[in-house]
Amino acid sequence: MRTIRIGSGAGYSGDRIEPAVELAEKGDLQYLVFECLGERTVALAQQARMKNPQGGYDPLLEQRMRAVLPACAANGIKIVTNMGAANAGAAARRTAEIAKSLGLSSLKIAAVIGDDVLDACKDGDLPIMEFDGTIKQLGNRLLSANAYLGAEPIAQALSSGADIVITGRASDPALFLAPMIHAFGWAMDDWNLLGQGTVAGHLLECAGQITGGYFADPGYKDVAGLARLGFPIGEVGEDGSLVITKVAGSGGAVTARTCKEQLLYEVHDPRRYLQPDVVADFSEVTVEEIAPDRVRISGGRGTRRTDTLKVSVGYVDSFIGEGQISYAGPGALARGRLALEIVRERLELTGVAASEWRFELVGVDSLHGPEVSAPASEPYEVRVRVAGRTESLGEAVRIGNEVETLYTNGPAAGGGAWKSARDVVAVASVLLPRELAKPQVRFVETS
Amino acid sequence: MTRLREIAHCRTGDKGNTSNISVIAYDAKHYPLLLAQVTCARVKALFAGVVEGEVVRYELPNIAALNFVMSGALGGGVTRSLALDAHGKSLSSALLDLEIEDISP
Repeated sequence: MRTIRIGSGAGYSGDRIEPAVELAEKGDLQYLVFECLGERTVALAQQARMKNPQGGYDPLLEQRMRAVLPACAANGIKIVTNMGAANAGAAARRTAEIAKSLGLSSLKIAAVIGDDVLDACKDGDLPIMEFDGTIKQLGNRLLSANAYLGAEPIAQALSSGADIVITGRASDPALFLAPMIHAFGWAMDDWNLLGQGTVAGHLLECAGQITGGYFADPGYKDVAGLARLGFPIGEVGEDGSLVITKVAGSGGAVTARTCKEQLLYEVHDPRRYLQPDVVADFSEVTVEEIAPDRVRISGGRGTRRTDTLKVSVGYVDSFIGEGQISYAGPGALARGRLALEIVRERLELTGVAASEWRFELVGVDSLHGPEVSAPASEPYEVRVRVAGRTESLGEAVRIGNEVETLYTNGPAAGGGAWKSARDVVAVASVLLPRELAKPQVRFVETS
Repeated sequence: MTRLREIAHCRTGDKGNTSNISVIAYDAKHYPLLLAQVTCARVKALFAGVVEGEVVRYELPNIAALNFVMSGALGGGVTRSLALDAHGKSLSSALLDLEIEDISP
């Protein structure tokens, strides 16, 4: 039976770079996938592209490509990535320049475009899923609308001979599913194979989160070598069989436990994991350790895909102003609480307008609020944190200022004041009839 | 009496304003305990003040795990939340402190 090995070279835009180099050099891979596009990243990238028409792709593209291209070219490893963000075409052209500068000008590089569906969404004035309202009602706060494309155009690019495929918004598991469809010729209506392939993609997409990252809990779940964590490899057979493993000697561990945690990560109904290509069913999945750092995953299934694609809509939501300051030693908690009271009163006195507030003590109740946080014993130090949501940047600035003035106006011995004010680009979702998205593959012309 | 941490491990995930927490038995023999004692009502009560919406539980007997899906849990959504931990990634640690009774050997 034919098998391919797919490595996962990044689990988010800022992820470590050396594990991907290790995979390219020692992973015996045919494919290396980089998932680098967070929920709101496309919206931020779209803003960057408006300022610079040749920009709008992942800022680490150059560093990652320079690091892995030599080994990938030497070992015949094909690369799939969503580092194109809001400008896959420009990212592909830039990658071609990088390849040329490394003496690798024969590499064929393709961009998948067509995820930008802003016009189609506006035409349909589609309803927002998260709150009452429609696309048009966002008015000039609307920044971007990008459909989660499926595996088909990526697989098509690979079948047309691409060595590197760069997308914008695509479903994360689809980046992994595409090489399987290409290598094994899976039919786009073989729902069970697509479902099991989606299990593989879902397990791999967060890279180190299945090899021991985001997992360690000393004394309960110990993991060795997190500073040199190895990223995962999926060995996929043409019948959909799957083993998750990693490069021998790298840090971390692949165990039944790490695989189970990642299987359910960001999953809602495990029977209906909605993807552009399939509705995957994780409910019958089994997990079996077959050797050290080798875990077999079976039982992924699927049903017919839906008629719509999820679209991520970026918009300017509000502004957030924030300030922090620390207190330590005897009475730190009381002084921290006094500081919060003072700032609360000051914000009222000076009429700072915010629709939502947080007044909290980092180290005491900032993560889960006063109700969940157990009555803690006196901490050695506390950090006051005040944050508010405002309608303008100017108003947001006033919040941090009222924390900073605690230096000379607040309780004794406050230190390390910090403040920020920023605009909030948020994302919401709409569902677009799938025929309205028209993905295309474009190869970079080589001179 | 013991804590959930002694018999299960958890991971939090986020999508929009919804948080999910998996609860996975270290040993499959404790799965019935999870079913009986880690209920939607208890999870909802634990996260009073954090979770505004409903809590739904999905059961995965094949891997001796539960998946809790909590809506209205992330301060209006990860990309707009005022919270220090906007993703709610630390919520799983609170759940691990849940009391569990009658552990049989």
